[in-house]
Formats: sequence, structure tokens, C-alpha cells
Amino acid sequence: MPSRRSLVVLIVAAVIATAIGIVLSYTIHWFPAQASTQAHNTDLLYHVLVIASVPIFVIVVSVVLFSVWHFRMKPGEELKDGPPIHGNTRLEFIWTAIPTVLVLGLVGYSFVILHDNEKKPAREIDIGVTGQQFVWTYQYPPSVTGGAPINSYKLYLPDNESVEFNMRSKDVIHAFWIPAFRLQEDLVPGITTHYRATPDRLGSYPVVCNLLCGVGHSLMRSTVHVVTPTQFKAWIRSQQNSGSTSASTGTTSAGTSG
Amino acid sequence: MAARLRAPGFYRAGLLMLAAVALSTGVTWLIRMSTGHATYPHYLAGEAILTVSLLAVPLAFLIGIGGFDYWFYWAVGRPTRPEDHSGHGAYSWRDYFRINTDHKVIGVQYLVNSFFFLLVGGLLAMLMRAQLAQPGSQFVSANTYNGLFSVHATLLIFLFMVPVFAGFGNFVIPLMIGAPDMAFPRLNALSFWLLPVAGTMMLLSFLAPGGAFADGWTAYTPLSVDAPIGQTFFSIGVQFAGASSIMTALNFLVTIITMRAPGMSFFRLPLLVWANFATSLLVVIATPFVAASQFFVLLDRALGFNFFNAAKGGDVLMYQHVFWFYSHPAVYIMILPGFGIISEVIAVKSRKPIFGYRMMAFSLLAIVGLGFTVWAHHMFTSGMAAWIRIPMAITTVIIAVPTGVKIFSWLATLWRGVLHLDTPMLFALGFITTFTAGGISGIMLAMVPFDIHVSASYFVVAHIHYVLFGGSLMTIFAGAYYWFPKMTGRMYDERLGKWHFWTTFVFMNLTFGPMHVLGLQGMPRRVATYAAQFADLNLLISIASFGLGATTLLFIYNMITSWRGGPRAPSNPWRALTLEWQVSSPPPVFNFDRVPTVVGGPYEYGVPGAVHGIFEPAPTPVAAGSGIVRAPSE
Repeated sequence: MPSRRSLVVLIVAAVIATAIGIVLSYTIHWFPAQASTQAHNTDLLYHVLVIASVPIFVIVVSVVLFSVWHFRMKPGEELKDGPPIHGNTRLEFIWTAIPTVLVLGLVGYSFVILHDNEKKPAREIDIGVTGQQFVWTYQYPPSVTGGAPINSYKLYLPDNESVEFNMRSKDVIHAFWIPAFRLQEDLVPGITTHYRATPDRLGSYPVVCNLLCGVGHSLMRSTVHVVTPTQFKAWIRSQQNSGSTSASTGTTSAGTSG
Repeated sequence: MAARLRAPGFYRAGLLMLAAVALSTGVTWLIRMSTGHATYPHYLAGEAILTVSLLAVPLAFLIGIGGFDYWFYWAVGRPTRPEDHSGHGAYSWRDYFRINTDHKVIGVQYLVNSFFFLLVGGLLAMLMRAQLAQPGSQFVSANTYNGLFSVHATLLIFLFMVPVFAGFGNFVIPLMIGAPDMAFPRLNALSFWLLPVAGTMMLLSFLAPGGAFADGWTAYTPLSVDAPIGQTFFSIGVQFAGASSIMTALNFLVTIITMRAPGMSFFRLPLLVWANFATSLLVVIATPFVAASQFFVLLDRALGFNFFNAAKGGDVLMYQHVFWFYSHPAVYIMILPGFGIISEVIAVKSRKPIFGYRMMAFSLLAIVGLGFTVWAHHMFTSGMAAWIRIPMAITTVIIAVPTGVKIFSWLATLWRGVLHLDTPMLFALGFITTFTAGGISGIMLAMVPFDIHVSASYFVVAHIHYVLFGGSLMTIFAGAYYWFPKMTGRMYDERLGKWHFWTTFVFMNLTFGPMHVLGLQGMPRRVATYAAQFADLNLLISIASFGLGATTLLFIYNMITSWRGGPRAPSNPWRALTLEWQVSSPPPVFNFDRVPTVVGGPYEYGVPGAVHGIFEPAPTPVAAGSGIVRAPSE
């Protein structure tokens, strides 16, 4: 049996490593800008997951390193065997039960976040997203424009207003991913898919296609501009005046399927 | 020459393959002509001939080398050739290039073939990393790049990960359970020869008009339906690789159930055998689904069935459900046998019994059951019905529990042992740490809101490479070093082996670790180029990946030189108790000159006088040095 002193060394080292791991996880710049309320929730979930994971990882690595240090074969032990320990029911029960409770707790918490992220607000605007090889176009219906509908290559969103994207594909599957919002969903030929975001930070952020859609997939990018409601109204008016309302999404094909 | 063309072998195979091309041409010509000018302006169409040839030529090859001879004789009522065991054992390197019914020869064929495709797949990965070293790079075209990652993944999954474990199983399982061979040796031979066929087909797709299949190994519809003809090489290649898996799994199941030595009860089976038993269950149940998914694509492509054409009532998402119903269990097919290898190595190298043997066996069965209930976690952002995410997320986190039980059991086995830190053990310990990291990122991906952010990003690339490279491949290296003396009769170079481990471990983490960050920051996977903000980390990853590729040369060099000229291996260099170590290295042609009787558990290290198997006294005195075994009662 290892001495009490070396066990104390093991535990202290593990606690220190856990603390360093958690502190590191907070100082590393993991994510792009948080630009939606959903992003705040998801990043919080991520940090909770990291805090729960670091101790598990540290326990495993510490036991491996401690065993290598303390139980490695010493000269003269070439023919020695370890003690014939076949198991310990109580210990096995503990390391089945604790992880079960832990992961069920975490997944339960993730459902709370999911529900929060997808909750339908009292008021929201609808914007259409159309994917085709290898271009994004956006449709602003009359309910948003207050006049004729707009079809544009540009995505403008008003700050602090919930928006539901109604997404359709014209050819193959695409995925509409806005990393700054921490949200994505596939565009599937034949059905309309949806997700909901509430932008809460002014600025311009990348939009990327996140599902292989052919030879131009890596360049199927766009930008989302989160602007103040006044700027948003002004942009809508400028689009209406410039006559882009009649733009047909059928004329924008930038390539053909394979 | 005429005799050579009649006898099974490569000459007859070549002749039949030519005949198959002619037949394919004739059949498509006849069908097109009989349908008339209204449908087909040209009676000879390259795509149609190629598609039919891809089915016919491999079958012709397999018939030609003799994979079906016995069954054909039997089916037409001709006298079958009496079994003279001439197809058993390998006496020169040429015997490895023939139909051979010896499970040990087939095991080596499997392993060498798999490691060949590991090198090819790794080379493709390095070409990808050359392209990704800088943003906007034009090292290869976007279409070629898409082909590179698709063939990379397909080869490493279907031609390396799945069959390499079947190779270990083939060599070791009959020896471990005290059987003279597998239950169906001819089926075993056929199942091996399907693999080079599948692998060659996938590689040849690079020569197809329009390039290799380029829709990822997932081949999502409708992209794969409209893709150039290279895609057909995937759809049909997967059928051959899958058929090979199913045949081998059936063989393992029957062998393990019916051919155990006297006294070898299920709870005296070494955990490697348990692991392959569990894996074979997964393979037999799940693999038909991937075959079906690719038949759907093939019928859509070749005959316009419109399974996935939404405009004609097809259902795009259905493909993903069928595909993942195989391809999630497939990740357990690619790790459970590795768990078995680790259990063997850790017990022997810690000189202790496996801690909680029964829980280790039960956790394998739990993973088999749960493995079929989690497939839609690959589809959280696919647009499927939202409620499916909830039960699938719950089962996904629960399946981590039996996996965790195994990790903790290995740790407890290490505790108070006498650790022999040689190459197999280093790989086993490295596996425990990197696989734990991969398992943790797997739990994170089960959390729906987090997955909605990183699904299909580089975070997922990092996760699967931690579990497949840091996990499965580490177990494969551990197993390769551990059984090398048994397979070849030679010892490997321990110093080179340790170098191989440390360089692999360091470069593996440098290559795949930073990918987590890229994914979190918003870099999608399967892109031939990327935004400038990701440039620094990608350059680091590319450099590390070239180092990682180079480390494999250490392994190959060690294996080849040690096989040719390493020191002779004793029958039991590790003082292990399981039966394969109680026979000579390499084992006699029929494994056991005397039938073993199993009298105890496989891991009774430290129990005074413990024995796993005993051997009946020899019927007649045997000359010394003839490879006859001693009871392990040293």
C-alpha cells in the first residue's frame, strides 16, 4: 500500500492541477464575440461543462502518473506480481453511480439552457434565409419591411429584437451557422427549418455554411450586421428605394452542382 | 499457361476480370438497346458500363483467386476437393498472397493490409494539411481537396480501423479460447480478400472522371446523388468492405460460442474475446444499415429512384437516420476491440488481475445495447423533429457511464501493481489519458445547446481524432507491439518502440488539441480554405501533423527490421497466463498439439500457483524443440 504521505502528495497535486485547469479555462480566449442572448447562455453552459470535466480528467491523469511513479517495477522485481485484488463492489458501485448522477445533472441543465434559448418571445420578426450553391440570400417579408418584400444578399438585423430565420435550400443541404450567435441549423431540400436568435451586440459577424455543399463550400460565407432599430429601418428603406425588391433568388446561382 | 489460367490465382483472376468488363459492356448494351432509341440515344454509355463493372469485376476477381471454389464445386454436385490442409500455414511470403484458410495467416494478412491503408490514409491527411497550412492556398483544387478528406476518412474507417481489429481478433481469438482455427475458415479467407478489393476501388476513384468521391465519408444526399461517377466507387466499395465485416463478425460469434476449449466458460474468457464478441454483435446488427443507405444512393444515381429527391416526394433526412443507425454503432466497432487489447496489456503489464472483471464484461454489453439508441446525436442541427434531441442526448450521456467504468477499472488495476513500462504499456497508459480527453469532449457534444454551436465544426474533428487516433490507434499500436513476438516469433526493438510512443503522443496532441479551439471560434470542417483569423493555429497544426506522419516511419521500420532479424522470441516473453502465450512463437499450424483444459480465470496474477489452462499429457513422447507447450506453472 502506498504510504499516507505519498497519497497526500497525490491528492494535493490533483487539487492544484484542477485549480490550474479551471483558471486556465477562464483565461483562454475560447469563443468569438458574444453577439446574442443565446451566446451568453451557451458560453455559460460551456464553462460549467469545463468545470465539471477538469476534475475528472485530472483524477484519471493523476492516478496514471502516480502509478507510473510509485508502482513502476524496481530492479529485482522482474518476477514479482501485484496483490491479487479482483474488485471491490462498493468502489465499483460508487464509480458507476457518481458519474451517472453527474452526467444526468449536466444534461438536465443543458435542457434548461436549450429551453431558454428556443423560447418564443412575445414579439419577433421573421426573416427568410435561402441557401444555394454557393450563395446566401435573405428575404425580408412585408411584416418586417412595412411595404414591399425585400430579397437581398445582405443580412441586417435590428439589435435586441428576436428574429426567427425560416430557412430553405434550393439544391443540397447547407447549414446556416453564425458563430457569434452560437447557433446553426441545416437547410434541407423539401422542408423549411427554423431557429431563433436575439442579437444583443452591435457589429458585423461572419456567417458560414457549415455543411459540405460541394466544390465552393469553403467560400460560402456571408456577414450578419447587427444595427440599431433606427439604422435597420433606414437600411430597409434604402433597399426599397434602390429597387432590389424585385431581385429574384433564381438569378444568383454562382455554380452548378458537381 | 492454360493450367495456370484454370487454377485459382492471380492469372485466373485477371482473365475473369477482363471477362467481367466484357460482360458488363454487353449487359448494359443489351438493356439500353431493348429499351429503344426513345430512352437512350447511345447504347454504349461509359457511366453505365463502369457502374455495372464495379459490381462485376470484384466478384470476378474473388472467383478467380479461388474464394468460392469449394462452394461452387459443392453447389453443382461435383466432388469437392478433400481437405488436405494445404491451405493452412504460410511457408514463404508468397503464401500471404493466396487464399489461405489458416486464421493466423489471415490475421497477418488483415493486419498488413490494414497498416498499408493506414499509411495511405495518413498520406492523404498530410496532403490536406499542406493545403490548409495557409489560408487561400492553392496546393490542390477545392474539388481535389474534398476528395482527399473523403477518401482519407473512408479508407481509415473501412479499410483500417474496422479490419485491423478483425486482424487482431483473427490471430488471437482462436488461440485464446483454445481452438484449432475459426469456425468457418473458407468464409474467413473470403472475408479478407474483400478488403483489398474495397480499398483498391476507393483509391481508384481518384482516376474517375470528375475526381474521387468528394462528399465526405458520410456521403450526405442529395449532394452524393448528383456527384460525378467517383461517388459510385464509394457506394459500391462500402458494400464490399461491409460484407467483409459481417462475414468476419459471424465467424467470430460462432467461433466464440461453439469452439471454446473444455472449461472455458464465458466468465473465464479473456476480455479481448469478450470485446470482440460484443463488437461482432454490433457489426452483425448494424452493418446492413450502411449497406442499405449506399444502395439507396446507388439506385438514385444509376436508376433515378428518387429516394432523396424532395421534388419527387423523396426524404432527404431519411438518409441520415439510416446512415447513422450504422455509423454511430460503428464508432463502438472501432473502439470496443481496443478496450479488449488494453485490458490484456494492463493486466499482464501490471501483474494484477483485472479489477472488476464481470463489470468489464457487462459494461461491454451495456455499450452494445445503448449504442443503438444514440444515433440522432449526429443530427441535432439537421432539421429533424426537435423532440428527438431530448431522449438522444440522455442516452448519449448515459453511454459514457459504462465507458467510464472501464477507465476506472483499468486505473484500479494499475493501483499497487508492478508496472512494466515497456512499449505496449506506454501505449496503453497514453490511451487512457487521451481517450479520457476525447470522452469528455464527447459528453460536451451531447449537450444540445453546445452542440448547436460546434456541430460539424473543427471541434468535432478534434473530438473524433482524440477518440480514434488518441483512442483506437493507441490501442492498435499497443496490441501490435504486445502480440508481435507471438505473430512473428521475433522480438521488436524496445528502444525504437518507446521513441515511437513518445513522438506519437506529443505530435498527436499538438495536431489535434488546437482543433478544439478552431471549432469553438467558428471554423467549419471540410473546407479547402478558411478565414484569415484561423491562420496561426492551422499552420501549427500542419507542422505538427507532418511530425505525426513521420513518427509512423519509426513503427514501420521497427516492425520490418524486427520481423526480418529481431532476436528470437520465447513462447511467453510477458509471463502472461492466457492460452496464446502457452504455445510456441509463432504457434504451430493447428495451434495446440494437445487440447488445453481451462481451469481458472485468465488474469490470476499474484495468486500463488494460479493456472488458466492445463494441457493433457502428450500421447507420445515428442522431440525437444518441436514447439510443444508447457503448462504455465512456473
